[in-house]
Parts: sequence; C-alpha cells; structure tokens
Amino acid sequence: MTALRRASTTPPVPDPVPRIAAAAARTRQLAVAGIYRAGSGHPGGSLSCADLLAALYTTELNIPGGAATDPTRDRFVLSKGHAAPALYAAWAAAGYVSDEIPLALRRINTKAQGHPHVLDMPLSETSTGSLGQGFSAAIGMALGLRHQYIDARVYTLLGDGECQEGEIWEGAMCAAHHGLSNLCAIVDYNKLQSDDRNANIMGLEPFAAKWRAFGWNALEIDGHDIKAILAALTTAAETPDQPTMIIAHTLKGKGVSYMEDQALWHGSVKMKPDETRHALTELGASQSDIDLWMTP
Amino acid sequence: MSAPALIAQSGDSLRESFGKALAALAETRTRVVALDADIAGGTGLHHFRKRHPARFFQFGIAEQNMMAVAGGMAATGLVPVVTTFAVFCLRAVEQARLSIAYAKRNVKIVASHPGLDVGPDGGSAQALEDLAAFRAIPGMTVISPADPHEMALATEAVLDFDGPVYMRTGRSPARSVYTDGHSFKIGKGHILRDGNDVTLIACGVEVARAMEAAERLAAAGISARVVNMATIKPIDTDLIACCAEETGAIVTCEDHNIHGGLGGAVAEAMAATRPCPIEFVGVRDVFGESGEPDELAEKYGLTAPHIAAAAKRAMARKRRG
Repeated sequence: MTALRRASTTPPVPDPVPRIAAAAARTRQLAVAGIYRAGSGHPGGSLSCADLLAALYTTELNIPGGAATDPTRDRFVLSKGHAAPALYAAWAAAGYVSDEIPLALRRINTKAQGHPHVLDMPLSETSTGSLGQGFSAAIGMALGLRHQYIDARVYTLLGDGECQEGEIWEGAMCAAHHGLSNLCAIVDYNKLQSDDRNANIMGLEPFAAKWRAFGWNALEIDGHDIKAILAALTTAAETPDQPTMIIAHTLKGKGVSYMEDQALWHGSVKMKPDETRHALTELGASQSDIDLWMTP
Repeated sequence: MSAPALIAQSGDSLRESFGKALAALAETRTRVVALDADIAGGTGLHHFRKRHPARFFQFGIAEQNMMAVAGGMAATGLVPVVTTFAVFCLRAVEQARLSIAYAKRNVKIVASHPGLDVGPDGGSAQALEDLAAFRAIPGMTVISPADPHEMALATEAVLDFDGPVYMRTGRSPARSVYTDGHSFKIGKGHILRDGNDVTLIACGVEVARAMEAAERLAAAGISARVVNMATIKPIDTDLIACCAEETGAIVTCEDHNIHGGLGGAVAEAMAATRPCPIEFVGVRDVFGESGEPDELAEKYGLTAPHIAAAAKRAMARKRRG
C-alpha cells in the first residue's frame, strides 16, 4: 500500500496492477508454450514466480533503453536459473524481447539457453543454473555498484529448495555484514522441490526467522498478490542499512489446475499436446496464439 | 610480551612478492579491488589491505560465496582479485566455472599455498590438483610463476589481461631464478638455459630445482635445456614442439599431481605436434603429509636428483626409439 500512497503525492498515475496482471498471464502462457516446444523445461517453478517477474519487469526495474548497457541500470538475477522459461517470457511480456525468444527455448543455435547465460542474453546479468551462485553474484553486483557510488538496485529471485545450498547462507551473512540496502532478494516459496516437499527433503522452517537472525529485513507476502508484491518492493527500497528478503508464498504450477502443488511438474518435463492445450487454455491464451505456438 | 612472528609474513616468498606488487600496481589501476577470506596475512594481501583499505573486501571463511561475488563485482566493471589458499580455490571450482569463466568475467584468482611447498600443515592443505582442475575450465588462463621477481611481473601482466585467470603463488621462501631484465608474457615459455640432449620443462618452485638438475646433468656430460613454463594454459605449444624437435626428450617438473597439470598440458601439446619421449616429475597420485618443503620434495621425488634421473630415463628411451 506504501507504493500507492507514495504515488498519490505526484500527478495521478495509472494503477499498475492490471498491467502487471496482464504481463503475468502472458508470462505464464509463453513459458508453457516454450517448454512444450522445447520438449523439456521446468513448468512448476516457472508458473509460481510469474507474478513476481511480471511486477519486476513491468514497473519496478529501471533499465534505461531496455538493455543491459547503462551502468546505472537496476539489475535482476534469476538465481533459480531453471525458471528460465519464465524469465524469457517475462522479458517478452514486458517488451524487452520478442516472443521468438521464449518460444525458441532450449533449441540448438539459439540464445534461449536452458538456464540463463549472460553472453547470449545480457539482460540475464550473469549466468545461473547452479543453485546458490546467482545470489552471490547479485551480492557482488550490489557491492560493486555501491563501491562505485552508483545508485542502482539489485534484485535476485531464489528458489526455496535453493536455500538448502550452503552458499546461500554464506551470502546471507555477507550481504548483511556489508549492509547492502541496495539488494533485495525474493524467495519463490512454493514449498516443493524436485523430488518432494521441502519439509520432507530438508526443512527450511522457521524460514523468515532464519533470515532475520542473519541480519536481513525479512518480509512475508502472498507472491501472487500484485499489490502486496509492489508494497514489499517499496518497503525494501526504503529500508536502510540492511538487505531485504521477501519471502513470497506461492503455489507451484500456479494457473494450471493439474500442475498446482504437484512436485511431478517441477520438471524437466516433456509436455504432451493435449496437456499443453489444456494448460494454455486455463492460462487464458487466445485460440490463435495456442494454434500458432503449438505449430512446430 | 611481543607479538609472535607470523611465519606467513616472513621470507621472500611468492605470496609476499605478489602482495607487494599488487599493492603497488593498484595505485594506478583504480578498478582493481581485492577479496579476502580471512587469510590476508597468509596470501600477501595484507600489503594491499594496508595501502588500499577502501578497495579491500572481507568475506570471512566462505570461499564459495566470495568466488561468485567476484563474478558479480566484475559485472559492474571492477577488476576483482580473489585470494585464498589453493586448496580453498578447489572448494570453489564450480563457482569459478559458472560465475567467472562461463560468464567470461575479468576476475583474477590468486592462490597461495599450492603443492608440497605448503609444508608442515600437511596433506589436507597441500593442493596438488588445482592446476588440473582450473586448466579444465574453458577460457581460464592458468599461471604459476617461478620466483619472486617473475611473480611481480606476472601480477602486472595478469591485471592488464582481460579475462579470467588462475594464478599460483607459493608459501615458502623461494629461490631466485631471475634477476632484472626478465620480461614475462602470458602464454610464452622462457628458455632459461639452453641444451641439446633433453628439455626440462618446469613451473613454479620446480624451475629452480630444474636449473639445479641441469647443473648436475652438465657434470655428467649431458646438455639439458631448461624451460620455465609459467603459463600452463594456454600452453606454449610452439616452444614445446621446438624443444621436442631439437632435444628429442622432455621432462616436466611440477609441485602438483603428475596427472592433469603441467605434465598433462605438455604431453597433450607434444602429442599433437612433435611426439618424443617424456617423463613426468611431480607427486605420483598420492596426498602429501607434514614436513618441511625440502624434506617433502625429496621424499616425493621433486628435487634435482630426481629430475636428473628422469632426464636420463627420457634420454634412454630416445636412443631406443
């Protein structure tokens, strides 16, 4: 709500929520279409983070020129690199790239690598896909920007299972120790990982308490509530002296009924045509888009 | 009571030479920052910390995070120099692979305490696998200078080179091979002593031992060429082919496992160009143990007499061939 109050002090601006919701829907559709066309990829964790990505790329990130060239740009690092289908789709939905990019996912001789690769896609800011590393790289960016007195923010999205990596807690200590208030991390807390529920694989709770104990400003939100996402991002930006962790409670496979809350759809999966048609329909894709995307 | 003398800061070691050179070179290279994991006193980085405190970053005993953070800092235009012991670089090989090499970041990884040269700390601390591990990473330049003088030159070359580098320093007081007038170039081996019968190709602390071996061989009437191959990757293939052609026998000498390091790099280069008999002086696929560096070098076969014996074996095979 802070974001809306702040906005009211300046000339009226259109409510960003409908725009973000539309971008999130488009992100989900393109992610699923890309995974179908690739014959592999991770739908569950792509669908769970679509609202977060849509909020970041539609309104939050300041990326002058829409490319990773301006040194003063905000940075976003997808530390849970296996959600690359959603990242490419979110870029397309927000107008940074054409639909061809998410639809070319995982194909040989294309730039849409299975996990984001900065040399192919500069907007991914670093290469990820090995859990824990994107978080550290984002910390490095935040440190580097602050060292050079560049007033830009760094955002990174983590998976919940990713937080079982020791490197995450090395980084958690580090970012708090260095007081990186220009860093905002978000956990896509969908409670499921590759094989089973987090709680059965390696429990994370008490999760927010862990981050607070490590010196972070930890917030908990519904990761599908766009207003709550925007408010948390604003709180993060206004919090001095410490990094912010937004624990976003989400639903794995969000938006596709047969995928929701099912570890089976963590991936990497080969989606069948009828499953894909069903999913795209539930996600609100138009018939013409479905026909176009499902044509080999 | 006075403070105990820190072994780490004593002697004319490669790490001290690196630390002094880095601190001086950073005066004009303002994008250089240094990263430490609580061992600046041991890596030589204490010189930099003292001279450039605002460009010194502490990460605590957490090398994996530090390595990937370096990649992120480089992404903002800085030139991070990451320092820790070689064995802890091994701990963060995957971070160096993905967040530095795969992302093509201009990061310099400088590893002190490699090999049996570590001495009394024992097998757990003696990295004998680092050259092999880092050499296998695409795009990673791998360097192991021979003495304090070359270390300073290599530090300058590495800072001015655009791309990821893994560079070994060394713990123990090092013997000098060079005085003034040496010029270091990444990717180029250097003929320290000419000879016709066999070539001893060495890196790091083994260069001085190879020179000593050449003296011994000369006394026995054998003319040994000595090459300081400070750059293990990209290896100087032309020089190796030339040595194979002109001397017909090669011995590689390294304070590292005989598998995958300098010996492997030389053998690969030679096999693809001008094959000749080759013998490998190095640690023979075992871990080290506690002891003084020279005692360990003798026990594990790295000293001049072992190199000379290997030279004779290589030459004997040449005659049979």
